[in-house]
Amino acid sequence: MEILKRLELRNVKAYYRLLIKNMEVYVKAVDGVSLEIRKGEILGLVGESGCGKSTLARVMLMNINPPLFFKGGSVILYTRSGKSLELSKLHKKELKYKVWGTHISIIPQEAMSALMPTLKIKKIAYDVLHSHNPDITLEETTSILTKRLAELGLPGYVVDRYPFELSGGMAQRTVIAISTLLNPEILIVDEPTSALDVSTQKLVIKTLWSLAAKGIVDSMIFITHDISIVRQIANRIAVMYAGKIMEVAPTEDIIFKPLHPYTKGLIESIVSLEPEVRKRGLRYIPGQPPNLINPPQGCRFVNRCLFAMDICRNREPPLMEISNGRLAACWLYAKR
Amino acid sequence: MNGILLETKNLTKIFESGFLRKTIIKAVDNVNLVLKESEVVSLAGQSGSGKTTLAKMILRILEPTSGKIIYKGKNIWRDLKSLKDLKWYWRNVHIIFQNPFSNFNPFYKIDRALRQALELIGVDPDSSEGKRLVKEALEVVGLRPDETLGKYPHQLSGGQLQRIMIARAWIVRPKLLLADEPVSMLDVSTRGKILELFLKLREAQKTTILFITHDFGLAYAVSDRILIMYKGKIIEEGPPDEVLFNPKHEYTKQLIESVPTLYRKWRFEL
Repeated sequence: MEILKRLELRNVKAYYRLLIKNMEVYVKAVDGVSLEIRKGEILGLVGESGCGKSTLARVMLMNINPPLFFKGGSVILYTRSGKSLELSKLHKKELKYKVWGTHISIIPQEAMSALMPTLKIKKIAYDVLHSHNPDITLEETTSILTKRLAELGLPGYVVDRYPFELSGGMAQRTVIAISTLLNPEILIVDEPTSALDVSTQKLVIKTLWSLAAKGIVDSMIFITHDISIVRQIANRIAVMYAGKIMEVAPTEDIIFKPLHPYTKGLIESIVSLEPEVRKRGLRYIPGQPPNLINPPQGCRFVNRCLFAMDICRNREPPLMEISNGRLAACWLYAKR
Repeated sequence: MNGILLETKNLTKIFESGFLRKTIIKAVDNVNLVLKESEVVSLAGQSGSGKTTLAKMILRILEPTSGKIIYKGKNIWRDLKSLKDLKWYWRNVHIIFQNPFSNFNPFYKIDRALRQALELIGVDPDSSEGKRLVKEALEVVGLRPDETLGKYPHQLSGGQLQRIMIARAWIVRPKLLLADEPVSMLDVSTRGKILELFLKLREAQKTTILFITHDFGLAYAVSDRILIMYKGKIIEEGPPDEVLFNPKHEYTKQLIESVPTLYRKWRFEL
C-alpha cells in the first residue's frame, strides 16, 4: 500500500537572531530537519526543553516572526483533494486565510488561556468559523459545535458556558474541539497535558485519540517531553535533540529497541510507575545539551555519548534509513 | 528500628475566603503522620490535595489552625519562641523548592547560598575549613568548584542549581529535608542524577527526606514509604508496592489507572 503524505519538511532551518554586545548571533533552534507526516498517523515529536520542538511546530505552520527567521528548506502540505501547497513559498496573508485552521491547526501550550473569559463558548467558536466563512450564523455554529462536542464525548451544555465555568481539562478539550471545527488535514498539539492532573490528562489524550480515530483530522503531530504520555496514542515517534532529529521509528521500537544512544539514554531515564523501572534503578545522561549558538561540529550528542568515536567529533551523521521504517542519525549504524 | 523524628497530631489548616458569604476550605484535615530517622517518604497527591500546605506547616512558615507538630519532643508552634530556637529548627529542617530559580536571589552570586549555609552552622566562610566544606559539598553533587563558584543563578542550568541546593543541605546536614517537586522542572535525562543525590545524602548523613510530589513514578522509585493525600486527608499509607499496586481506597485505584506507563499501552474504544 502506498503511503500518503500530509506534510513534508525538507532540510528546514530556522534560527533565532540575538544581539550580544552589538554582535549578531544566531541560535540554531531547528537546523536541517527533514521529516514526513503521513495520512492516518499520530506522530510523537519528543525532546527535552530547548531542543527546538516548539520552534519546529512554528516551521510546520510557517508561522515565523522575528526574532525567528526561516533560513532554508521547504515545507509542503498535501491536501485531501490532492493538491500540494508549498507553505514556505506562501505569503503570510495566504497562509492566514487559506491554510491555517482549514488545512493545518495548532493547539499551542497553555491553549486554555486563549478562551476569552467574557464570551460564551459558542461565541468563541462563531468568531473562529466566521473568519473563514462570513455567511455563517451563530445558530449554525452552535449546531456544528454541539455535534462535534458529542462526537468527542463532551457534554452539550459547554456551548452555553463561559470559559471560567469549565474545569482545566474540559477547557482544554473544548479548545481541541473548536480548533478542529474546520476539519483540517493536520493538527499540531504542543504539550496538551502539561498543566493537568493525571485523571484529566487521560481524558484529553482520549479526546485527541478520538479526533484521529474518527478521521476528523488526517494526521496529528503530538509535541511533548513526556514519552509515557505520547506513547499511548502515537504510531511513530521522532526524537529531537539540539535542533536535529536523532531518530524516527514506530513507537514500540523506540521504547523497546531504541537505536540512537540519546534515545536509549532518554528512555532509560524515565521514572514511570512500573516494576521494570524500580528494578532498573535511577539512570540519567551525564552532561548538558550543547549551546545552539555554537553547536559542536560533528554529532550534537557527542559530548554526552558513551559510544563516541573519532568520526562523531568531525562529521555530522545524517538521518539514515537503518532498517525498514527506522531512521537514525548515528555513525554506529552507518554501513562502511 | 529507627526513632521517630517528627510527627503531626490532628494537624488541620482551614482557609477562609469571602466577606459576606464565607467559603471554608479544609486544606489539611486532621493529619497524623510520622517520619522516622533516615527514612525516605513520599507524600503524593494531585494538585489541590493539600500537600504543600502540609509541608509549609512542617517548615514552620504557615501556622496550623489546630493540631500540633512535634519535632524531637518539641511542639514547634508552641515551644520555639526565640530567634535562637527558630535557627535551631531551620538548621534541622530544610526545604528544596520546585523552581530552582526561586531558590536563589538573582542579584547575588550562588556563592552566597553556600556562605549562608556555613554561617548557619557557625563556620567562617572565608576560613580554610569553610572553603574545604564548600569544595567537598560541590564535589559530592558532581559540580566543579571552579566552574560554579562566582556565577549568577541565570548562568547555570536548573539541574545545576538544584545540585547546589543539595550541596547546601550537605553542608548544613539537616535532620529532615523537605523536597517539594524537586525535579518536576528538570529535563527527564537529568532527573535521575538529582534523585540519586538525595538518596546519597540519606546514605551518608542519615537524613530523613520527605518528597512532596504529584509524580507517582518518582514516589515509587525512591521511597521507603508512600502517603497518598486526597482532599486534605491521608487516605493511604504503606510500602510503595503495596500502596501503588494493591491500593485499597477507590480514589487511589482510579488515580493509578490514569498514570501513563512507558512499557504498557492504554486501550481506548470508540
